[in-house]
Amino acid sequence: MNLEFSADELAFQQEVRDFIAANYPADVRAKQDAGEELGKEDYLKWHRILFKQGWVAPAWPEEYGGPGWNPTQRFIFSEEIAAAECVQILPFGINMVGPVIYTFGTPEQKERFLPRILSGEDWWCQGYSEPGSGSDLASLRTKAVLDGDEYVVNGQKTWTTLAQHADWGFFLVRTDNEVKPQEGISFLLIDMKSPGIEVKPIITLGGHHEVNEVWLEDVRVPVDQRIYEENKGWTCAKFLLAHERTGIAAVARSKRGIEKVKDIARSELDDEKPLMANPFFRRKIAELETDLTALEFTELRSLAGENAGKGPGPEASLLKIKGSEIQQRITELVLEAVGHYGAPYFRGFPEGSNEYPIGPDYAHQAAPTYFNARKTTIYGGSNEIQRNIISKMVLGL
Amino acid sequence: MDFTYTETQEMIRDTLARFLMDNYDFDKRQKMIASDGGRDPAIWQSIAGELGLLGAAFGEEYGGLGGGMTEHVVIMEELGKAIAVEPYLQTAVIGGSALKSTGGPLAEAVIPQIISGEAIIAFAYAEPQGRYNLANLTTTAKKDGSGYTLNGHKSVVYTAPWATHLLVTARTGGGSRDRDGISLFLIDAKADGVVKRDYPTNDGFMASEIYFENVAVGSDALLGDEGGALPLIELIVDEATVAVCSEAVGVTTRLHADTLEYSKQRQQFGQPIGRFQVLQHRLVDMMMEVEQAKSMTLMAMLRLDLPAEERMAAVSQAKAKVGRACKFVGQNAIQTHGGIGITDELAVGHYFKRATMIENQFGSIDHHYVRLEQLTLAA
Repeated sequence: MNLEFSADELAFQQEVRDFIAANYPADVRAKQDAGEELGKEDYLKWHRILFKQGWVAPAWPEEYGGPGWNPTQRFIFSEEIAAAECVQILPFGINMVGPVIYTFGTPEQKERFLPRILSGEDWWCQGYSEPGSGSDLASLRTKAVLDGDEYVVNGQKTWTTLAQHADWGFFLVRTDNEVKPQEGISFLLIDMKSPGIEVKPIITLGGHHEVNEVWLEDVRVPVDQRIYEENKGWTCAKFLLAHERTGIAAVARSKRGIEKVKDIARSELDDEKPLMANPFFRRKIAELETDLTALEFTELRSLAGENAGKGPGPEASLLKIKGSEIQQRITELVLEAVGHYGAPYFRGFPEGSNEYPIGPDYAHQAAPTYFNARKTTIYGGSNEIQRNIISKMVLGL
Repeated sequence: MDFTYTETQEMIRDTLARFLMDNYDFDKRQKMIASDGGRDPAIWQSIAGELGLLGAAFGEEYGGLGGGMTEHVVIMEELGKAIAVEPYLQTAVIGGSALKSTGGPLAEAVIPQIISGEAIIAFAYAEPQGRYNLANLTTTAKKDGSGYTLNGHKSVVYTAPWATHLLVTARTGGGSRDRDGISLFLIDAKADGVVKRDYPTNDGFMASEIYFENVAVGSDALLGDEGGALPLIELIVDEATVAVCSEAVGVTTRLHADTLEYSKQRQQFGQPIGRFQVLQHRLVDMMMEVEQAKSMTLMAMLRLDLPAEERMAAVSQAKAKVGRACKFVGQNAIQTHGGIGITDELAVGHYFKRATMIENQFGSIDHHYVRLEQLTLAA
């Protein structure tokens, strides 16, 4: 047993580092540093750079355009991306629908969709949750009825992330009402410009427009846009959930987050000394770092299992639960650290003269970030559902 | 022993609750916040005039109803249930406490204006470097002829954009953390040299950064003794802390009630989610936090008249416990609602925001445990 990377792996790490340093778009970096909200183009810019390099889809098989990395290389890559605070490559195309298409799709579907996912030409969104179907996803009611060689789709999806930018969406729809809920679901790819689709924004607590409602009224979807067999969509959905685990623990991002907490605690005054000297605050940082180390090594053990050829198992739920809790605690500490300056609300507020600033810059997003981070224990299968999975699949209860 | 409210106090609660139900539902609140100035001044006028509640905690000699802290607690709890963004805490509780405690011509002049709704007060006490130490002050009031000249910067002064008066803590002597040398002033919010930068807050209020640039203040603006105001300021902040604890009781009561209602309504896996034991226990834990917050608020309220050290220990116990309740109940309310809890359109998220801001208002949980330990745990 050892922790060291091999010489090849270290060289790979250096290569990734150098590439990011030389190629990460400066204007996107500037926006991130200023805490500005990123637009579609900002995400796509970095996506295209990685695509050109052949690195945009680390987990894809080489025959579909993946780089052919082993799990350790993929791990190193995602660590470096996070450590350099690059914008996220949005998961909906690359990590979610892409693997479903190359695993379950027809040759025509692969040819039609995969290249445009890789290049970033198509922006994808996910039509899963419905107002009445959250944790109980299989109860979904959006209906697709076959009419000639087209499905006619009616229903409503919700929590659809960045659907306002999407060209395509992958949807779970009900094609059979007479069977067990999981056995009557199909997986459809829908052009978001189809007549009958309406995307309505949902504004979240931090003031952000990140998620949407998607309404579908008599939307016609050619049958060749169904992936896999009719009523076998749940198989695709389960497969996709297993793939979604990549990076789910967010260890590298949380490490950066804790470094930021430390920076803030060194800048903030707590009466006469820096907040970092406050024994209670220090202890909270130390506990957080300890918990993050525990998560990191749990993830590494799981990764070593994957390297040895074991498929991802229900331990992904452990990574999701602990990873999301740590992300939330980081935002809690930032809010606590900024004291009185957690109260001012900045969104859409004109930045005036520097003569009368409203507290330090790092405080401006502390509260909205804390509010927004409550989502991490809810999305991707709430932490309650993740615990159910462990109790059922691992413990056999 | 008696934990019952008087008939008058119950009447105050009912009157205010009914008024807020009719005039301050969540949609109306959101509209007021979004409007110019961030509030509807007619509401404040109604609370003063039609309801006559701004005098509830003032003596009859000022035209009040003769009540005190219990009336504040009743009113703050109801305001909390509606997450009302009215300046009651700053004006009636804090301003009222400062004026009642010092008396004299300033009290005689301003208290009737508070009761009539004309005066709105903001409490300019916090500074960027001081965090929650009330004595850590760099704002100065230099003796200048018969009056003073104010200079300094005050942080996040809630309700300042609406205020007619500013209650200001400043140094007339001593070093930057000395207990001696601190004075308290009530000044005109529009005095020359008062520079404000106004902004909304995450919990729906308005606040300001305030810079005093050679503000000339008459000696009649001084409340209490020159250089000896810290004990008074500590008392005022303790009373304000109890008031905000009571507001938190109102806020967390609603958070719990909304979550309970949601878990009875929301169906998943063919049954209301409230049938799942993990959520049943969570709702019980939330309820226990709310009940204890209520107990601690009354405990501290009943001990406000004790000698300073005992009073401060009681208030710190209450605020630490209430801060924990705000965090626990708020976070679990959102978690139990799921995605819908994170949207801007549902009330629960806005109660969560106010609960979150109360956690640190007048001192974080850690701050109050440290103060408690210093007062009560001799090594």
